Amino acid sequence: MIETAFTPLASLAGGVLIGLSATLLMLLLGRVMGATGVVSGLMSPASRPDFAWRAALLAGMVTGPGLLWLLSGDMPAIEVPVSTGALIVGGLIVGIGVTFGSGCTSGHGVCGMARLSPRSIAATLTFMAVTLITVFVIRHVIGT
Amino acid sequence: MKLFATYLVGVVFGLGISLSGMANPAKVLNFFDIAGTWDPSLIFVMGGALITTFVGYKLVFGRSAPVFEPDFNVPSSRRIDTRLIGGSALFGLGWGIAGFCPGGALPALGTGRPEVFVFVAALIAGIALAKFLQSVVAPRLRAAS
Repeated sequence: MIETAFTPLASLAGGVLIGLSATLLMLLLGRVMGATGVVSGLMSPASRPDFAWRAALLAGMVTGPGLLWLLSGDMPAIEVPVSTGALIVGGLIVGIGVTFGSGCTSGHGVCGMARLSPRSIAATLTFMAVTLITVFVIRHVIGT
Repeated sequence: MKLFATYLVGVVFGLGISLSGMANPAKVLNFFDIAGTWDPSLIFVMGGALITTFVGYKLVFGRSAPVFEPDFNVPSSRRIDTRLIGGSALFGLGWGIAGFCPGGALPALGTGRPEVFVFVAALIAGIALAKFLQSVVAPRLRAAS
């Protein structure tokens, strides 16, 4: 396990930027900012324009860490306290889950909750609770 | 113009994720590890994002249409069913195992770290598998029964 520093200001500022981008995407394209929808839509786009806006959005997202480096001199910290096997198994399960659940932290947790969508509130409460239980079981019941 | 503006929206999202700590699995998992190395930072990410989006959407929905499209394209379903809850529960399980969520991992690709590419490759495989189950297997099961 890796200890991480409590960063309320950076996290709040990051959260406000995430909310700003969600607002801007709704203002410009009338679309929900969901990472699941971006990946899923790129894999099976309904049309060329449908592919194009998602590709542009993804290209922008990937620019984010480099821009942070330009502004602050640091790349975002990425510390991975799990094995490669856990990344693969976890990634597969996340992919299946977000497809059947129609969204993830950004789509349900931010955009849907901000619209007070009952589906998104139910989805967010479910995945937050299950993540909490999963982390507890892996770290304190199975224990490493 | 439309695509460049969309690119810039992606940049703001990617910068926000990078600054917030959502791209860092150690920080995400510590947020959920209340009984251990707890780091409450992510409550500020969710709070900041939710309040901003809530106010922002109120302003945007005052318009009759978005800037570049004729209509808002917002999910309208209100049904809470097994698929939604089961899928979300699976997502939580995977998130707790890997520490990355899709929104955290996509911008993190820009760091070039191999762990992020491993996760995103598995994520894509999982989505492809679920799409296959939804489009090919489910209709056949229905037809057979």
